[in-house]
Amino acid sequence: MDLSAINPVLLIASLMVAATPLLLAAIGELVVEKAGVLNLGVEGMMIVGAIAGFATAVESGSPLLGFVAAAIAGAALSILFAILTQFAQANQVASGLSLTLFGLGLSALMGQSYVGIKPPQMGDIHIPVLSDLPVVGPILFGHDIILYFGIALTAAVWWVLKYSRLGLVLRAVGENHDAAHALGYKVLKIRLAAIMFGGACAGLGGAYISLIRVPQWTEGMTAGIGWIALALVVFASWKPWRALLGAYLFGGVTVVQLNLQAAGVAIPVEYLAMSPYLITIIVLVILSADKSSAPASLGRNFHASR
Amino acid sequence: MTVPLLSLQGLTKAYPGVVANDTVSFDIGEGEVHALLGENGAGKSTLVKMIYGLVKPDSGKMLLRGQPYEPAEPRQARADGIAMVFQHFSLFDALNVAENIALGMENPPEMRDLAARIREVSETYGLPLDPYRTVGDLSAGERQRVEIIRCLLQDPKLLIMDEPTSVLTPQEVEILFKTLQKLQSEGTSILYISHKLEEIRTLCDHATILRLGKNVGECTPSETSARDMAEMMVGSTLQTPERGSREFGEVAMDISGLSVPAPSAFGTALKNVHLTVRKGEILGIGGVAGNGQDELLGVLSGETLTEPDAVKLHGQPIGKLGPTARRKLGVLAAPEERLGHAAAPDMSLTENAMLTGSVREGLEKNGFLDWGATKDFAERIIKAFDVRTPGPGNAARSLSGGNLQKFVIGREVLQDPDVLVVNQPTWGVDAAAAASIRQSLLDLAAKGAAVICISQDLDELMEISDSFAALNEGRLSAPREAAGLTVDEIGLMMGGAHGMEVAHV
Repeated sequence: MDLSAINPVLLIASLMVAATPLLLAAIGELVVEKAGVLNLGVEGMMIVGAIAGFATAVESGSPLLGFVAAAIAGAALSILFAILTQFAQANQVASGLSLTLFGLGLSALMGQSYVGIKPPQMGDIHIPVLSDLPVVGPILFGHDIILYFGIALTAAVWWVLKYSRLGLVLRAVGENHDAAHALGYKVLKIRLAAIMFGGACAGLGGAYISLIRVPQWTEGMTAGIGWIALALVVFASWKPWRALLGAYLFGGVTVVQLNLQAAGVAIPVEYLAMSPYLITIIVLVILSADKSSAPASLGRNFHASR
Repeated sequence: MTVPLLSLQGLTKAYPGVVANDTVSFDIGEGEVHALLGENGAGKSTLVKMIYGLVKPDSGKMLLRGQPYEPAEPRQARADGIAMVFQHFSLFDALNVAENIALGMENPPEMRDLAARIREVSETYGLPLDPYRTVGDLSAGERQRVEIIRCLLQDPKLLIMDEPTSVLTPQEVEILFKTLQKLQSEGTSILYISHKLEEIRTLCDHATILRLGKNVGECTPSETSARDMAEMMVGSTLQTPERGSREFGEVAMDISGLSVPAPSAFGTALKNVHLTVRKGEILGIGGVAGNGQDELLGVLSGETLTEPDAVKLHGQPIGKLGPTARRKLGVLAAPEERLGHAAAPDMSLTENAMLTGSVREGLEKNGFLDWGATKDFAERIIKAFDVRTPGPGNAARSLSGGNLQKFVIGREVLQDPDVLVVNQPTWGVDAAAAASIRQSLLDLAAKGAAVICISQDLDELMEISDSFAALNEGRLSAPREAAGLTVDEIGLMMGGAHGMEVAHV
């Protein structure tokens, strides 16, 4: 066992990378749930985003174009969910689950010819002086732009939900869709937009795994991150900064336990492997004790009747 | 002649199977308080929804100050100076007062400015409100203030109020009326919808009466008796409920020193409740909604379990028994919420009859359901209580509120209870149906059953109760003989005006 091989600076830098897919997916789902829609298809939208982004990046040679394609693919898949639940009034839980199954199958089909290929690399940003600082440099100023985008998105979602008119209307729709309708707000349009935003975010999260975190394509490579994102939204009490905290915690424990495995710590691998899930959930359960409740119309279908 | 503020000309709106409004025409003058009267299903709500832009008329037209007025959506109606206070509050529990008000405005100012304006307007009209309180924590009266202030901030020309007083204490009603009269003196027109005819007589200048979607007459309320207006609404002569004997037997149900913590964040805790009801007695329990009515019903029906000795039936402790066990002993209950609590919305009437009737009517044998007998039971309810439905196979959801209420009450009454607990037995039910429900409660008491009637309709409680008590913040006042109680005394028992004050400008 050799713990000295673990470099704390690299550890923190890599935990941010590990957390980003989860953060992106969770922020997207948070907005969807704030609008009163429960989309359990996050995992499916992530994996379709992962392969769509991977394939586009490989074919075009541009990872950035890959991310754009991933967002579009995720949003496109979410439209399917929106049509089923918002217009055909299908059950949201069943539609979400089938979206995940559909996404897993579709991505496997799309990805058949991409197994074993290396995608083009997304460069890390380099700011003269700042990026070269010891400790702070690699942690704060040495990442790819998508990672910063994730943090900026968290801040933006927080601000919009808390301070803007758009956020207020979105929360109102999620809180009481009948009242929002009576006041003249377009419940279905707002929900459709929220669902598509969630799909785009999930797609980005998936592409982050296949283009930056891993980077390669294997079937089912999202490995349950979508489900963790769903749980994260609930335990974060629908608060963006808490979702960020939870995502970083999860990423951190994941990276630490991988390092501990590599260092040969005398704890069975299975326990180490389950630790990120366990610790994240325990911490968030403790945090969520303040009883902030779910959006009151969450998971309920809206139909404008007389 | 001056041009009326709003003129409706031949408005018609049909839904599949029913004509909600059939060529309705009337005018609302500037600064006039105009009452819209009618039974449930007479088409009042559809009509105001058309004025507010939520529903498009099939034919007919509206003129606003002589100009054609065709609101495509509520936003446009609001821009034209038409505001509406809804019957079922259109508020968002998890948001605060200022956010709720901002949602009802076209171009809300900054939150801080809005909060200041809310304070200002609410003080002017004597409706104090804290802009930063969460709406879920407010009482029903306070919630209505939020809705009214939301409308007032837009400086409306026409204010539509859909049954505004059904949730208020008498003192709160008085203050609301002062606010409305002040608005009227400032030139605002008000379209006022209510079942309560005495209110209309004191407040309104004109009344239009709708029956089955048609305008069947107009009157000047201050010169027409409430009874005449009621008969115009119903189209026939009204029966006033009567009862036979008023002889009480021994104590049937007895609650002493009962305290129950609040079941949820927005619920009410019951505090040291004492209550007895004798055979043949009707105990009326008044109080403004949200003061522990649902919780008290839960304790009486067995949905909320308590210490065994806290609730006694004929001296036997039943606090630990659930609803089915209590039904077997003769304690039946009909809760307030028709869809979802008293009846399962998507199940048929037959199935709903099975749900509460299986024990006492013997509809279940060795674990098998006797659907034939259940259907007979459902048909008996439909017949005895004049429930208007094509048959017992129809889903509970498909019935109108009043008809479903008759079914729900009838289902319990026909099971011949020893103790019947009802919450809001005639809520949202029209005059004729309400009279027949009240009559059935009186008949039940005359046969020797003990009846506990929880209601927010004071007229109803005064009409049928032998003794009266009021719930206020989970405490039950000492019961008093109902005969001879004045409205002021009742108001004080209900906790007064909850900090409201009269408009002082």
